[in-house]
Amino acid sequence: MQPGKDDVLPPVNASGTPAPATPFVPSVPRGAPGALPTFAGLRTANGARRGTDDAAVSTGGTAGELAGASSVEAATATSERGDALPASKQPHPAAQRDPSRFAPRVRQRRFIAQVFAAVCLVATLIGVVVLAALLVDLFRDGAARLSFDMVTGFPSRFPDRAGIGPALAGSAWVLFLTAMLAFPLGVGTAIWLEEYAPKNRWKRLIEMNIANLAGVPSIVYGILGLTLFVRVMALGRSLMAAALTLALLILPVIIIASQEALKAVPRSIRLGAYALGATRWETIRHQILPMALPGVLTGTILALSRAIGEAAPVILVGALGFVAFIPSNPTDQYTVLPFQIFNWVSRPQTAFHEVAAAASLVLLVLLLSMSAVAIWLRNKYTRRT
Amino acid sequence: MSDAIRNPAGPVELEARQLSVLYGETRALKYVSLSIPDRKVVAFIGPSGCGKSTLLRCFNRMNDLIPGVTIEGEALFQGRNLYGAGVDAVDVRRRIGMVFQKPNPFPKSIYDNVLFGPKINGYTGDFNELVERSLRQAALWDEVKDRLDSSALALSGGQQQRLCIARALAVEPEVLLMDEPASALDPIATQKIEDLIYELKQDYTVVIVTHNMQQAARVSDHTAFLYMGEVIEYGPTNELFTNPREERTEAYITGRFG
Amino acid sequence: MTVPDTVAHTETRSWGELGLARRHANERRIRILLVAASAVSILTTIGIVAVLAFESFGFFADVSPWDFLTGTRWTPLFESKSFGVLPLLMGSLLVAGGAALVALPIGLASAIYLSEYAQDRVRRVLKPVLEVLAGIPTVVYGYFALLYVTPLLRTVWPNADIFNAASACIVMGIMIVPMVSSLSEDAMSAVPRVLREGAYALGATKFEVATRTVVPAALSGIIASFLLAISRAIGETMIVTIAAGATPQMTLNPLRSVQTMTAYIAQTSMGELPHGTVEYQTIFAVGLTLFMVTLGVNIISNIVLRRFREVYE
Repeated sequence: MQPGKDDVLPPVNASGTPAPATPFVPSVPRGAPGALPTFAGLRTANGARRGTDDAAVSTGGTAGELAGASSVEAATATSERGDALPASKQPHPAAQRDPSRFAPRVRQRRFIAQVFAAVCLVATLIGVVVLAALLVDLFRDGAARLSFDMVTGFPSRFPDRAGIGPALAGSAWVLFLTAMLAFPLGVGTAIWLEEYAPKNRWKRLIEMNIANLAGVPSIVYGILGLTLFVRVMALGRSLMAAALTLALLILPVIIIASQEALKAVPRSIRLGAYALGATRWETIRHQILPMALPGVLTGTILALSRAIGEAAPVILVGALGFVAFIPSNPTDQYTVLPFQIFNWVSRPQTAFHEVAAAASLVLLVLLLSMSAVAIWLRNKYTRRT
Repeated sequence: MSDAIRNPAGPVELEARQLSVLYGETRALKYVSLSIPDRKVVAFIGPSGCGKSTLLRCFNRMNDLIPGVTIEGEALFQGRNLYGAGVDAVDVRRRIGMVFQKPNPFPKSIYDNVLFGPKINGYTGDFNELVERSLRQAALWDEVKDRLDSSALALSGGQQQRLCIARALAVEPEVLLMDEPASALDPIATQKIEDLIYELKQDYTVVIVTHNMQQAARVSDHTAFLYMGEVIEYGPTNELFTNPREERTEAYITGRFG
Repeated sequence: MTVPDTVAHTETRSWGELGLARRHANERRIRILLVAASAVSILTTIGIVAVLAFESFGFFADVSPWDFLTGTRWTPLFESKSFGVLPLLMGSLLVAGGAALVALPIGLASAIYLSEYAQDRVRRVLKPVLEVLAGIPTVVYGYFALLYVTPLLRTVWPNADIFNAASACIVMGIMIVPMVSSLSEDAMSAVPRVLREGAYALGATKFEVATRTVVPAALSGIIASFLLAISRAIGETMIVTIAAGATPQMTLNPLRSVQTMTAYIAQTSMGELPHGTVEYQTIFAVGLTLFMVTLGVNIISNIVLRRFREVYE
């Protein structure tokens, strides 16, 4: 019995590497990482993605009714559009059968199925439409204000002369400092967890903790940064305080993505290296880490792009609304692009809104380029075995 | 029963004394005692799950890498207990090499694959000479000498396995442990590996695990038959196969179970 | 120590045997560094809890926790101070609830489409689009909410406040759709192919297979994704700060201006508040409330995922 044309089974995707078991990981990119969160643990607990496992599970009520009646199944086959096949001409040996007890209403059900498909498609396209509306709106409001002067200039009381130079510089500084902090810490933690830590309760506790940290609102990190870095460590409203805060914010993301990348390295490589007399670190450094590096980098880049777009924690640790200089060292005061945008949007003058739109376009271009690099990396290295 | 285990004469390279391996509570290897002679080929045969790979891995301390494993008894290398105090597993693994069932070359060039072991173990001699020597010993040199920089993954299965052998030989071990080295290979590649083993035994002690009895008969000087974690019989290969002393040995080699 | 040379028959001239000690020392040093790195994650949690608890402790010395948790007026900065957090909590829940109303159906329907209907080519275009949507900074979403959605809303409901919860709900909903969609799709992909095949083989339409077989099987994952999305909505700051307003009030009317916990924290911290005053400490008390609420939702989501996960074999 063949399913009908639009009842085609969903295609089996060979995309993505089968991920080994991991703890439940909410709201975090995983490993052939994307910007979207995934349930890494699900994929393995129940076999590979759309795997061909034999599962003897009943499919519920509708199945029960139809279960015993093979000739009735023929009668209700949805193998063609519209009409059910004509009922069997010969009486079935098991004479209890009475096809008239079934009212398959195939036509109606097919109609519902088609409506449903349309609804789902529309829902999916809503996202596309909104994205388009957003971009068009930004463009309409802000494109006129985009200029070299605007991109390199300083903010001003006059929207016509307002520029995002210091904000861009601040964002660049923050990107650099945050990367310097978060990358070694994140990858180091991932290596420890994957390669060294004994697989006991403590390890699971640490991983659960990291997963929880990934779900903590970004403004709470801002509160932490305000107290710990700005006040207690007396870093004041400096770039360093912002970088430290953002590094803590994206640390869980980097750790989880790196762990996934390390897990994907086959065990046979490790065994081969140990059998040649390598110590654990030598194996990691020369074999495992190089193989995991593309995944690690992709995850890190995506995490950093998130850090660049964050305004909430930065508000808390004291970015300035009006910065008339380019910061030149980590102890300087600063502003960042999202905060500058926020500052301008909050003003009543429409002209400032337009500048904000222009600045948003710049920010989006920046983030898109970072994502593009990350996606290119991911695609380039997931294809080779 | 005591003459079921006939240790060969001559200098002893490896020895197991009442060696047991426990995975948690389960005793996978039970009080094994046998000795492996210098520069001969010894085969471990037996049905799946009999413990032959476990026994093999005792000799280069690869069982250490499995969590929850306990080793009892002794495994001796040239008279010294590998599991004794003060013995460095890293050094053991350089001197007792291993080739795995499924070829596992590193995703690097052929050249880098062969040199990985020597480099981390601090080899101070000539790298190129070492690479050529190792590849020649593995009967791979002629096939790859013009493309040492190409990726090891581009080689065929049989070539990859010989590369893994070359890689193991590059650290100049004294013993070569081979865990079903040809089971993933086609017959022609298998033949090449078997010929190789015959050559290698002039310089190295070889212990090979195989579930292909005919291979054991072709290749080895002595054979041990294991079943359910115990060594049932151990002796010269032709004696074990033509005139087994144990009933279970005979049942296995005549195919009544396995 | 290594196996003694006296029994070895290989010359060890070429091997740096003494290097072993150095290599092991290296190994030890690396381990210490890695442990230190791992400790940072634990310290972060301890830090967050400590900071919130410490300052809140000072706060609750002046304001009774009961008044805080049950009071319905939040006016910490006015002459007559009132520290009831419920308006803020309600604001957060109203916005999150509204966002969920938008995001959950769209996200789930979109997940069903991507998982059951879409062909590879289509998926390869749509999934990146969703990823882009997820990557847009919330500041930009806030802009969109205030300057595009709100005017649109006010043409339909002219009596809506300029700052209102509804715009935030709509935009935040769209922002969360990719998250719901991706997580739900993961949950549905984990349902084995043979389950679907069984249903088809019994004469079910695609609608029936999707809604009666796949979704129920993936339900725990789908619900978990809903909860996570709600948690994210509660914790979101910029959209509400820009578009939802700064008026804490107990209202369920989305057309009114409200203030969420996150907006309060952001807006207040931009003012000049002397360190150590009760007003300053409100940031931490509200922060603690926010932390506990999102933590609670995340934990429930975890439990749902683990406890009710369908086992297929």
